[in-house]
Amino acid sequence: MSWFTTFVRPRINALMRKQEIPDDLWHKCSSCEQMIYHKDLVSHQYVCRHCGHHMRIPLKMRFETLFDAGSYTRVPLPKVLLDPLKFKDSKKYADRLKVARLETKEEDAILVAEGYMGGYPVVLAAFDFSFIGGSMGMAVGEGLVRAAERACELKSAYITLPSSGGARMQEGIFSLMQMPRSVIAVEQVKEAGLPYITILVNPTMGGVAASFAMLGDIAIAEPGAIIGFTGARVLQETIRQELPPGFQEANFQLAHGMVDMVTPREDIRQKLIDILGVLMSKK
Amino acid sequence: MTVTLDFEKSIGELESKLAELRHMASTGEMDIASEVKRLQDKTEKLLAKTYKTLTPWQKVQVARHPERPHTGNYIDALITDFTPLAGDRTFAEDAAIVGGLGRFRGQPVVVMGHEKGRDTDLRIKHNFGMPRPEGYRKAARLMQLADRFKLPVITFVDTAGAHPGIDAEERGQSEALARCLEISAAVNVPILTTIIGEGGSGGAIALAFANVVMMLEHSIYSVISPEGCASILWRTRDKKEEAAIAQKLTAQDLKQFGIIDRIIPEPLGGAQRSPATIIQSVGDALEKALKPLLSLDGKVVRSQRRAKFLAMGRSGLA
Repeated sequence: MSWFTTFVRPRINALMRKQEIPDDLWHKCSSCEQMIYHKDLVSHQYVCRHCGHHMRIPLKMRFETLFDAGSYTRVPLPKVLLDPLKFKDSKKYADRLKVARLETKEEDAILVAEGYMGGYPVVLAAFDFSFIGGSMGMAVGEGLVRAAERACELKSAYITLPSSGGARMQEGIFSLMQMPRSVIAVEQVKEAGLPYITILVNPTMGGVAASFAMLGDIAIAEPGAIIGFTGARVLQETIRQELPPGFQEANFQLAHGMVDMVTPREDIRQKLIDILGVLMSKK
Repeated sequence: MTVTLDFEKSIGELESKLAELRHMASTGEMDIASEVKRLQDKTEKLLAKTYKTLTPWQKVQVARHPERPHTGNYIDALITDFTPLAGDRTFAEDAAIVGGLGRFRGQPVVVMGHEKGRDTDLRIKHNFGMPRPEGYRKAARLMQLADRFKLPVITFVDTAGAHPGIDAEERGQSEALARCLEISAAVNVPILTTIIGEGGSGGAIALAFANVVMMLEHSIYSVISPEGCASILWRTRDKKEEAAIAQKLTAQDLKQFGIIDRIIPEPLGGAQRSPATIIQSVGDALEKALKPLLSLDGKVVRSQRRAKFLAMGRSGLA
C-alpha cells in the first residue's frame, strides 16, 4: 500500500520485538537496572553482579543454597483457623488468601525446613514475602512455634529468616498475639541450650522486628535490608522531616549495635557453619 | 464533664442544664428538687441507652476520652507506700511509662503503666503515653526487679502505640519491645494487666503479656489504630469507622475470642464520668485475679502464662 505499511511498520515491529526479551532469560536489576543473564542471577543467588544489590530470591532456592548438598525436609505445619475476624476491606481477606495461595502454591507466608548445615542440625523458618508481604498472622505464628518445638525435639539450632512488613492486619488482634507467641518459641529454644540465629532479610519491620526477629543469640543482616519498627512512610508522615540516607538499612543497624554483622548472601551459609561450629560442637 | 464527645451532644446539654439547676438549688433561690430529679432521670436514661449501644468507633472515642482516669490515678488510689522508679540504666528516663514499688491492698508489688498526661505540659512530659525504647527497657528492668524479689507485677495499658521517631529507631525500638516481651515470658511472678483506655499495637502488648488480662468495658485493644488500619487497607483515614468495626477491637469481641480474661464494667456513662467508682472496681477485680496466683509456685505461674498465649486462636473460634 503505502510506504508506511510496507516499510515503516515492519521496522517498528522489528524494534518492538528486540525489546521483547523472554522473562526467563534476562532479568533487570531492580537497583542499577542493568541486565543480568538468568543463569548468572541464579549462580549469584539473586545478587546483582553489577552493583551487589540483593534481590528477592525464591524461597526454595534459598533453602537449597543454605542446607548441605541443597537437601532438606519440609516440616509440616499445623492447620490454623482462617480469617478469624471475617475481615473485609475493599476485598474480602478470605479472597486475598485464596489468591496468595494460588500464586505461591503455599499455605501461608512461612516455610519451615529441617536439615544440616556443615553437618550441624538446623531447623530453618523462613518468610515468603510474596505471600501478603510476608505478614505475620496465625499461620505464621503457629509455624514459628512448631519450628522451635521441632528444633528442641531434634536438638537442632533454630534459625529464622524474616522478610515481612509486620503484622497481618486482616487478622487483627490475633496477629498482635503472634508477637508473644513467637517469643515463647524462642525462649523454649534458648532454655534448651540450643542456638537461635536470625538472618534479617529485606524487609524486617513492625511486629515481626519487635518480637522473635530481634532476639537472636546471633543476628545476621543481609546488605541493604531495611530493619526497623516504624516504616519510613509512616515516620515521614508523622514527623514531616527527611530521613537520613541509609536510614534503617542493615549497615545503620550494624552501626547502632542491633545486629552482629552484615553478610552478603553468598557468604551466609559459611558464616552460619562457622557460628554453629563454635556454639554446637562438643568440647 | 468538660469534654463532650460528638455523639453525646444531647447528653451534654442535659448535663449542663442539670448542673445549672443544682447550682440554683444550692443557692436556695427556688425549690426545684423535683425538676432536678426529673432531669437527672432523663439524663441517666439517655446515658444508659447511649452507652449500651456504642458503636466500635464511639468506643474508640470513649477509650481516648481525655478525662478518663489514667495510670497515675490508679496508682494514686490503689497503691500505698508508692516509690516511683526511673530510668532504663542505659540512656534515659522515659515518662511515657511510669512505675515503681508499692503495696496493693497490703500486698507488695511492682506496678507500671503507660501515662498519657492530663494537660498540655504533662502530655509533652509523658510523650502522650507513647514510649521510646527507654520506656520498654525501664519496664523490662522493673519486671526483672519484681522477679528477683518475687513481687507480682501489675500493669496498666493506655497507649496509642510505640513512639514513631528517628531517635526511637536509632536506639532500637523493635529490640526494646522484643526484649520486654522476652522478659515477660521469663519472669517467675504473676503479671496482671488491665487495659484502661487505648491498647495500641506493639506498644500495648509489651505490657500485656500477662497471666490475667482484663479490659474496661469501653476500652479498646488492637494491632493498629483504626485510622492506621484505614489508611493502609482502605488508603484513606476517612474509613476509620469502618476499620474500627472490621478490627473487632472492643472488649466484648476480645472476650469472645479468648484474648482477654475479664471485662470490668464501667459506671454509667463511662469511666470518665466517675473515676473513683471505676478505680474501685479495677482494684476489686485485680484483688480477685491476684489471689489464686499468689499461692502458686513461680515456675507454674510462668508456664501458665505461656500456655495461655500458646492456646490463643487454637480452639474455641467459630
